[in-house]
Amino acid sequence: MESHKGVTLLDFWVSPFGQRARIAMAEKGIEFEYKEENLAQKSELLLKMNPVHKKIPVLVHDGKPVCESLIIVQYIEEAWPEKTPLLPSDPYQRAQARFWADFVDKKVYDCGTRLWKTKGEEKEAAKKEFIEILQILESELGDRKYFGGETFGYVDVAFVPFTAWFHSYETEAGFSVEESAPKISTWAKRCGERESVKKHLYEKEKVYEFVCMLKKRLGIE
Amino acid sequence: MEAEEMELFGIWSSPYVLRVIWALNIKKIKYKYIEEDLNNKSNLLLHYNPVYKKVPVLVYKGKPICESMIIVEFIEETWKNDSIFPKDPYEKAKARFLAKFVEDKLSPPMWRFFTTKGKDQEEAYESFTDYLAILERELEGKEFFGGENIGFVDILLGCMSYVVPIYEEITDFEIITKEKFPLLHAWMQAFLSSDIVRDNLPPRDELLYRYRKIREAFLSKDN
Repeated sequence: MESHKGVTLLDFWVSPFGQRARIAMAEKGIEFEYKEENLAQKSELLLKMNPVHKKIPVLVHDGKPVCESLIIVQYIEEAWPEKTPLLPSDPYQRAQARFWADFVDKKVYDCGTRLWKTKGEEKEAAKKEFIEILQILESELGDRKYFGGETFGYVDVAFVPFTAWFHSYETEAGFSVEESAPKISTWAKRCGERESVKKHLYEKEKVYEFVCMLKKRLGIE
Repeated sequence: MEAEEMELFGIWSSPYVLRVIWALNIKKIKYKYIEEDLNNKSNLLLHYNPVYKKVPVLVYKGKPICESMIIVEFIEETWKNDSIFPKDPYEKAKARFLAKFVEDKLSPPMWRFFTTKGKDQEEAYESFTDYLAILERELEGKEFFGGENIGFVDILLGCMSYVVPIYEEITDFEIITKEKFPLLHAWMQAFLSSDIVRDNLPPRDELLYRYRKIREAFLSKDN
């Protein structure tokens, strides 16, 4: 077991799950060492730190691994309690935040992936579902600045990495986030002005380039 | 606290509902239980859980909390007696990780095992026994995943303690035996006989009947 002090993040550049951890630490001003993994040839360190899933992201804090992005974000919150909180202090409000982060976790990535992986009827169905998901989230956001209210919080961290994929989803499935869920579109732009988000999300064109490369590799037209 | 302040919407057979009941028992919280009919969901349930329309829903002082794991965390954070989670952030992260592992990795192949036959069933069996081995290792030196007392992971995994013997009876497979998984086997007995669980289990006969019907329905779909 590595016994060096400090924080290392084993990650993959475009991963929205890894970005949750990066953004959370940036928001809290926590220094960390970023280690890019080659997912086609996973490092011994990754396999040792996450033997169960063998996936990124993995946060290694003083030699001890924490896996699963939302578990990592909650750990960051609890291990650095003196830093800007991402979760509210009231247990009921915390439960609501966890509920919505969990909703994002359950719904956005899988449905989003189907937007570019499928064709024809399947793609149409995925598009309909994705728009519904955005509208449910929009309804929850309401007229607030962030999901965290006045402050950027846990649900914002959970969802913001996917804003870099909106362009890919829109292009692949033929719809507009701004038209279907204008408040989400505004929220995404607002988040995009934060230092943590600017630093750790990639431009939408780069993400789309990645999606196209994946499609080619998977033999999808 | 009056029982009316706390309401739990559930169905008798749901392992997710039981997680909440066990957590409420650990904290010694009184509550009012409302049995739902999933074929005819009440307006109240739909009002309290518009996103998923599912049980369990915990309603505390009129405010709803949904999703069993989130409900258990809420109970932990609101009542400070008899901790369900470790205090240390790293140990807490490990508990959350193991709980998610149970939900995401262990449960699907177990269900697949129970609802299929032949090669599909055998593959599912191989899959989940690998995952059971991971849990077995986690129990080394401990009676419960939470240590001396029942904790978050025990609650999440808990339904296995009564479902696995039912699966074994119906499918005629050995799943958790003293020989294969001695620690898990001991854990099951300890869990089932604990104060918070013992009187809060679904009736075995009714469960057996229900699960038999479920397996029959799935197998007949394949024909």
